[in-house]
Amino acid sequence: MSEVVVYWLQQALNALQLGSIYALIALGYTLVYGILTMINFAHGDVFMVGAFFCFLAATYLGLPFVPTLLLTMLGAALLGVMIERLAYKPLRQAPRVSAIITALGVGIFLENFTLALAPYPKHIPPLLENVTWDLGGVSLSSLQVIIIFLSLGLMFLLDYIVHRTPVGMAMRAISWDKTFVPLMGIPVDLIISVTFAIGAGLAGAAGTMYGLAYPVIDPYMGIMVGWKAFISAVVGGIGNIRGAMIGAFILGGVEIMVTAFFPSTYRDFVAFTLLMILIVVRPYGILGKPRTQKV
Amino acid sequence: MSAMLRNGWEQLMAQRWLMPVLIAVGFVLAFAIPEYNLFNKYVQLVMMYVGINIILTVSLNLVNGYMGEFSLAHAGFMAVGAYTAALLTQKVLPIAAYPGLFPLAVLAGGLVAALLGLIVAIPSFKVRGDYLAIITLAFLMIVKSVIENIDFIGGPRGIPGIKKLTTLPWVFFWVVVSVWVVRNFVYSHYGRGVLAIREDEIASDLMSVNTRRVKFLAFMVSSFFAGIAGGLFAHLLQFISPRVFDIIKTTDVLIMVYLGGIASIGGSILGATLYTVLLELLRPSTVAAMLAWLPAVVFDPLNEYFIRHLGVWRMVIMPLALVLVMLYWPRGIMGLREFRWFIPKRDLDAHHRPTTPGGSHGTAHDH
Repeated sequence: MSEVVVYWLQQALNALQLGSIYALIALGYTLVYGILTMINFAHGDVFMVGAFFCFLAATYLGLPFVPTLLLTMLGAALLGVMIERLAYKPLRQAPRVSAIITALGVGIFLENFTLALAPYPKHIPPLLENVTWDLGGVSLSSLQVIIIFLSLGLMFLLDYIVHRTPVGMAMRAISWDKTFVPLMGIPVDLIISVTFAIGAGLAGAAGTMYGLAYPVIDPYMGIMVGWKAFISAVVGGIGNIRGAMIGAFILGGVEIMVTAFFPSTYRDFVAFTLLMILIVVRPYGILGKPRTQKV
Repeated sequence: MSAMLRNGWEQLMAQRWLMPVLIAVGFVLAFAIPEYNLFNKYVQLVMMYVGINIILTVSLNLVNGYMGEFSLAHAGFMAVGAYTAALLTQKVLPIAAYPGLFPLAVLAGGLVAALLGLIVAIPSFKVRGDYLAIITLAFLMIVKSVIENIDFIGGPRGIPGIKKLTTLPWVFFWVVVSVWVVRNFVYSHYGRGVLAIREDEIASDLMSVNTRRVKFLAFMVSSFFAGIAGGLFAHLLQFISPRVFDIIKTTDVLIMVYLGGIASIGGSILGATLYTVLLELLRPSTVAAMLAWLPAVVFDPLNEYFIRHLGVWRMVIMPLALVLVMLYWPRGIMGLREFRWFIPKRDLDAHHRPTTPGGSHGTAHDH
């Protein structure tokens, strides 16, 4: 293969890896937004706590990859439900900004709580043997394959749950209308908790994979990654599941391409400028539908 | 007895000459405190931080509280103001010879920030709510990224060794100006427009509110004072770098706004003061100093197991306190209410007709 093709393939692969991690987190934002029209700003920090759960399970319990992943997802899901029950549920009738500020507060709490318990960056031990294949110049690691396929698998699972199961139907019903859905016998509180559990679980999975790909973790890693994932969700059209995935891969692609052609310090600048332009041109995201406003 | 106290308080609050007197006393104190060292240097420093935070909070409240948008760009405007002012005092103005030029530098910082505020105002014509929040966030990140990539202004290293020119009287002066301008803006013709936009933008457009002009003005006033605060901040901290003005700084100001309560100047002042002072009070050295009178038997174990660890845990306690405040007062301490001193007489009279308790601007008697 010519060098140019190899180069592009390599970059595309990197973009796919970064994009799938963003996508897993972006799904959590979009799920919660779809059902509660609330931006869960603590979500990026749930991802961070997920990475720390992964560290705990791998270091202190000495678990192999699959149990670590499952335990991390479970732990993150529990954390998500706990946050929802304790901090967001009492505010459902309150003004929307109170919930947003509470979410910011919960996020800062998680960051600093983790910081208080783990003052130094932690190193996640390699859980998987990393084999690198050379495909005609493009180097492909087993880690990349696992991250990409596992994320895609989780995304399809989520898509299936939301579009094909009774729970998913209930979720869509709640996002459609909150007044009459309880009258149909749908346990709204339970479904909202399930939504948070799923979103946080995905963030936990993202935390594990991020920890495998970039093994040094610290309590503030969730901020930037969380905002980027949030941007992905918005680019795709917040509240739209497939949109969140598309947005995440676009953002991952843009970031990798920028680093490939410009000094890496331009990455955020280009990514955010593109985002700004996109929102001004298409304010409701790629797959989002313009909301009609009643006067 | 309590009825009498209450009555007296009411009487006192109703005296409209009190505000100018308080400002005059404040100015005298602002000059006297550093001159005669009425408080130690640390307390003076905290007072200046409180002042800067009040400017930030009051100005952000204009956009986030009164206009009902959710702007995350405040730290970006602050950065622009800080860098402009710092570059002017460091490289352009002959500050060493004429220290009196400092206010010019701060003013220039505010004006540049206001210009950029215009740029953020333009997308707000088309985009609202969460999407505008993203645009303001993107703006903040772009500002930070641009600063990081210009080597002339220090890049990621920032500007060290800025002269310490911010003094208590200057901080107090700008606090008074920002509160005065925002208060007059909010109760002006345009301020009604700002409130109308919060309630319903389309309806206010129909009611002949010039929403574009109102938004331009609100964003400009807000970012102007963020820039001013940035300039003061830079010459107090004496070191600025892009990392100082990241999303965490915006979050701090947001917390102060919503802790104090949206659409309330009094609330902003309270929120900024409470948040800043509480964070300082929770410092291990402060707590230790405050509890030093305890007998050593009590103090030593307390210090060993509790106070010494506060340095980390105070940042855990603060967000927890914020969440609790939000759960029990979802509107913040003063949400949508106002100190009576800030309300113009004509509004007070309108709201104090018998039997009508007043609309969204009910007065806070108990505060």
